[in-house]
Amino acid sequence: MSTLRIDREAADGAIVRRPGFGLLRALRQGPLFAGAAAVLVLLVLIAVFAPLIAPYDPDAVDLTATLAGSSSEHLLGADQSGRDILSRVIHGARTGLLGPLLVVGISTFLGIAIGVAAAWRGGWIDAMLSRSMDLIFAFPGMLVAILFVAVFGSGLTAPVIAMSVAYTPYVGRLVRSIAGQEKARPYIESYRVQGWSGWTICVRHLIPNITPTVLAQSAINFGYALMDLAALSYLGFGVQPPDSDWGSMINEGQAALLQDAMLPSFAPGLCIVVAVVAFGIVGEGIADRVAKRER
Amino acid sequence: MTGSVTRTSGTTGDKGADAVDATLEVVDLCKAFGGHRAVDGVSFTLAPGGSLGIVGESGCGKTTTARMLVGLVSPDSGSIRVGGRERSAPTRNRAERLARAREMQMVFQDPYLSLDPRVVVRECVEEVLRLHFDLTREQRTARVVELLDQVGLGEREASALPKALSGGQRQRVAIARALAAEPKVLILDEAVAALDVSIQAQILDLLAGIRRDAGVGFLFVSHDLAVVRHITEDVVVLRGGRVVEAGPTVDVLTEPRHTYTRLLLDSVPRVGWDPARIAADRRALEREAGGSSGD
Ligand SMILES: Nc1ncnc2c1ncn2[C@@H]1O[C@H](COP(=O)(O)OP(=O)(O)OP(=O)(O)O)[C@@H](O)[C@H]1O
Ligand SMILES: [Mg+2]
Repeated sequence: MSTLRIDREAADGAIVRRPGFGLLRALRQGPLFAGAAAVLVLLVLIAVFAPLIAPYDPDAVDLTATLAGSSSEHLLGADQSGRDILSRVIHGARTGLLGPLLVVGISTFLGIAIGVAAAWRGGWIDAMLSRSMDLIFAFPGMLVAILFVAVFGSGLTAPVIAMSVAYTPYVGRLVRSIAGQEKARPYIESYRVQGWSGWTICVRHLIPNITPTVLAQSAINFGYALMDLAALSYLGFGVQPPDSDWGSMINEGQAALLQDAMLPSFAPGLCIVVAVVAFGIVGEGIADRVAKRER
Repeated sequence: MTGSVTRTSGTTGDKGADAVDATLEVVDLCKAFGGHRAVDGVSFTLAPGGSLGIVGESGCGKTTTARMLVGLVSPDSGSIRVGGRERSAPTRNRAERLARAREMQMVFQDPYLSLDPRVVVRECVEEVLRLHFDLTREQRTARVVELLDQVGLGEREASALPKALSGGQRQRVAIARALAAEPKVLILDEAVAALDVSIQAQILDLLAGIRRDAGVGFLFVSHDLAVVRHITEDVVVLRGGRVVEAGPTVDVLTEPRHTYTRLLLDSVPRVGWDPARIAADRRALEREAGGSSGD
């Protein structure tokens, strides 16, 4: 209605990206988007059907195959303990995707709840929620995660909780600003004039209308979370050996590098890079489509 | 509430009973944004089933007044009463919210923004019925058809999303949606300003018919004096948030006492414009062209 409303939020109503990752925007259209989406589907299938696909038990130790190179028996070779790397990488996709999935799921839910509450209620509720998000944003998530692990012990749970908290402001800030813009739209105002409660309007109409933009951010966050969780387990704060996990595999494989065996750390490293890039491209692609549709 | 189904055909009988109950009285309404007094002591009365115009140049506070009436902006001071019930304070509960919504509904300026992009036309009207009235599914469906028919929309439009409709059709949906709550007063804030001239005429003609049939009072906000002259009985002229002149539309617009009103009148390019004739001509033209209903 009134075009005179001053929109202070317009500036930060954008997707949050990490430095360097903006480059992926250039790839968001055309065959690369389709390719990235295909990679993601493949990853999910691999994770789901890991026990069926993997040629060996990922934890089966075969000392005769220690640091074996690529062969018909072990396509990607074996690690120091003679465990089949391909099988470990395949099984690693499970924790590799499950962790970020939980982080993104929880942080998206919390971010939407907090962002919409802040935008809809405004006033001191907005001030309080926004300051809290700024505070969390200012803390390095990794540090908090390490702290959590120190307190609650390692495994997937502590890092996932810490990362969920750390990623909530990514979503919350975005949601707050786009929900604020959406709230001022005449179609939402007309629901208010019709007599609907704020809760019903938000849940039934406002949130579904902002979901595509939020999903774009969540897809991008998925890549970041995957990277962060892998880094944590690389540092020994996440999933513990002998469970197969890409991050801890890189760590374990480092010693093998000295013995000229690249594959033990290189294979899981490549998986991480491919997954992160694929999620980035898909996220950017979704964001781009949403922006185009809105214009 | 079952009586509501036949409202359009049967209202003339109980008009007298409603009459006591539906007078809109606005007294000394004020609203300031920062230091700027957008609305400054505005008072007027709208008789039941009457038609009052609010005119004035851009930025004089017309929209702000309308938004205060429907509760989208809370007034700094002053009183808004429909049938003696005060409605300037925020609503406290669901019953109050619904009661207020049935007192007053609003049609927004831009039909491209005032409809939820995700909701099909039929559903958009039905929602309002579900919220306000205790009807069976069949009664609701029948009422939706009736309401859409009242604004000249058929089966095809009923199952369309807003994006598949023209501007004029969308504004018809917005009008049907507002009428669904059976308000005593309908506020139309520049309701035809976003439409092109020939469609303006059709919509104005439609509105005049609805007022005749449904006995709903119109508060017609506009800067277009020709439109106001056509559709209102009384008019209030605003300038800088204050009422500078008020009275019967014919008197005010033919013999303005205030120079500001005269100035407004002089700035109108075509005073002799007659939307009813244009609408009639257009209908005649359509009949000749083969009776296709197109906006
Ligand atoms: N949300 C707001 N915040 C701050 N100032 C506002 C807000 N809404 C309106 N105003 C100011 O109040 C004044 C009246 O605005 P309003 O929208 O009521 O004018 P209007 O008569 O409807 O004008 P137009 O014919 O252009 O629609 C304007 O000066 C405007 O800048
Ligand atoms: Mg206005």
